[in-house]
Formats: sequence, structure tokens, C-alpha cells
Amino acid sequence: MPPNRQPNLRTGVMSMPNELNTWEVFVRSQNGIAHRHIGSVQASDSQMALQYARDVYTRRDAFVSLWVVASEHVISSADQDQAAWFETAHDKDYRQATYYPVPDGVQHL
Amino acid sequence: MNLSASCDTSLSDYLLRLGDNALILSQQLCGWCGHAPTLEEDVALSNIALDLLGQARLWLEYAGASMVPVRDEDDLAYHRDAHQFTHVLLVEQPNGNFADTQVRQFLFDSWHCLLLTELSRSTEPRISAIAIKARKEATYHLQHSSQWIVRLGDGTERSHRYAQRALEQCVDYVGELFAMDAVDHEMVRLGIGADLAALRPQWQAYVEQVLAAGNLVYPASALSVQGGRHGQHSELLVGLLMEMQHLARSYPGAQW
Repeated sequence: MPPNRQPNLRTGVMSMPNELNTWEVFVRSQNGIAHRHIGSVQASDSQMALQYARDVYTRRDAFVSLWVVASEHVISSADQDQAAWFETAHDKDYRQATYYPVPDGVQHL
Repeated sequence: MNLSASCDTSLSDYLLRLGDNALILSQQLCGWCGHAPTLEEDVALSNIALDLLGQARLWLEYAGASMVPVRDEDDLAYHRDAHQFTHVLLVEQPNGNFADTQVRQFLFDSWHCLLLTELSRSTEPRISAIAIKARKEATYHLQHSSQWIVRLGDGTERSHRYAQRALEQCVDYVGELFAMDAVDHEMVRLGIGADLAALRPQWQAYVEQVLAAGNLVYPASALSVQGGRHGQHSELLVGLLMEMQHLARSYPGAQW
């Protein structure tokens, strides 16, 4: 959002509803379980985003918590880094526990 | 409960009012389905409409069960004419533009929350059970409409103008929300219903606080238009009922 815009001090609500941004929505289905990404909404401020997330994504299932994050604040890896970042693990089986044979006599693994 | 016949009538009248408020406002909000400014707001308004429809069903089912002879919720919703509906006039005011709808919703939600809080303490267990369920929903509705009041009022010059104008149009129907008639007094006397007049100061304080956050001004109203609870409605209701009741009346007994 442009730096010259500030939320209403008393309510946290941002004016100018005609300017919509994208927000990523995360839901937690029960305490102790991590939030997971479920989708996104368009909203002009964080409070609107939170309400829309509730309205759009929690209609049928029970959740205990919601997060919204402005999509512009999500830093993502680049497509061109795909090979250098992720494909280098493919030939390193020894990083998997299943690579190692279970020694004879081990009972409580 | 061992109630006299006149009290039974008061109780069913009282429940009918609660049901009609929710039913008519729900039907109004359904008019936004597919027409709201964004997909998200479309879902939000539809959710609110469905919440209110669910509440209407609970109230009307109970109202019908306390009538002689007994009537069911569908009968009450689809087979009464305009003069037999007993909702407050505020809820039948037209959807208008988006600000008109949100202002109407805000004035209703803020009153509805206070009313349901009172009813959740009713000596009649079925009323308090419905009120406790409905209050959770209404609390969210109020958060939603309150935020829109601030956004519209504190938004652009145009959104501010529309919101203030919507307030001027709706404020004449506020008096009716807090008016007490014989039915209300009887329900209060029995510990069943709410003292509406007593809710006014708290309502006014909340509403003015939100309006102030949106740089809006509560209009000085000279009028208090009433009569909805006694079946005196505007022509707007006739059109609304035609649409709402058409299917049930054209195909009696139709099932999905």
C-alpha cells in the first residue's frame, strides 16, 4: 500500500476501499497444528482481509485461528533458481533416514 | 410454562416480530447475491443473509408452535400478506446503493446485538437458547457493518456523502426500534422479553462512537416513523413479498 496512507487510528480500518490488494490466507484447524495456506482474498485493509478470509474460507469447516498476510510481503524463491535450489537434493539419498539399513537386534526403533 | 391465553398471544406476537425482522432483512440482503462490489463481499453479505434466515426459522417455528391453531415456519413465511408482517420498518427500507445497505445493516446490527444479549437472559429457556446462538452471529454482523461505516465515512468524498445521506434516510426508522407497546410490556413483566427503551442509551453511545470514527454525524431526526410491528408497511414490502412468496404460492406443497 502507498506510504501516505495510514489506517484510521481509532479502528485500524483503512479508508479508500476502491483500492484492493491481495492477501494470503492461512488457517489453523486445531490448536497445536500449524497454520496452512488455504487461498487468498482481495481487500483494502487488514481488517477487511481478515473478515473476508473468515467469510470465504471458514463457512463449512471448523477452524480456531486465521492469519492474513499481504501478498506483497511474501518473499518467494525464483523460478530460475529451481535447479540450483531444489534439484540438488535428488541424488543425496543418504540424507534420508530410510537410506540406512536397520541393524540386527534393534528393537525399539 | 403455564401461561394465560392472552399471554400466549403476546408470546407468539413477540416471537413473530423477532422472526419477521430476521426474515425480511435476510430477503433484502439476498438481493445483493451476485451484485456486491467484490466476490468476497458477495459471500460476506450472503453469509449474513443466511445467518438471519436461520434465525428467522427458529423464531418462526417457535412462534407458529405457540399459535392456536399451530402453524409451521413455511406457512408463516409464505402465506401471510403484507399487513400481517410485524417487522420494524427499518428492515424493509430499500437496498439502495452499497452505503444504504451497510447503514441500514449497521443500525440494525447494533440494536440486534443489544436485544439478543437481553433475550439471552430470558426466563423462557427456548428464547434464551435461540438468542445465545443468534448473538454470536449478530456480533460478527456488527463488526462487519461497523467497519464498513468507518470505511465509507472516512473514505472518499463520494463514499462519505453517500453514507451520510443513507443515515439521514434511515434515522427516521430508529425510534421504532426502541418503542414499547403492550406486547413488549407484557413480555418484560413476565421476564421473557427485553425492555427496548432501556437499550437506547447504550445503542446511541456505540453508534455515535463508530460514526465519529468515520467522520459521520448522527442526524438530528424530528420523525419517528412507526407501525411496522402492527402491520403498517410501505409498498416496498409488497414487492419484496411477491418475490419471496411467489414459488411457494404458485406451487403449493412444492418440494426440492
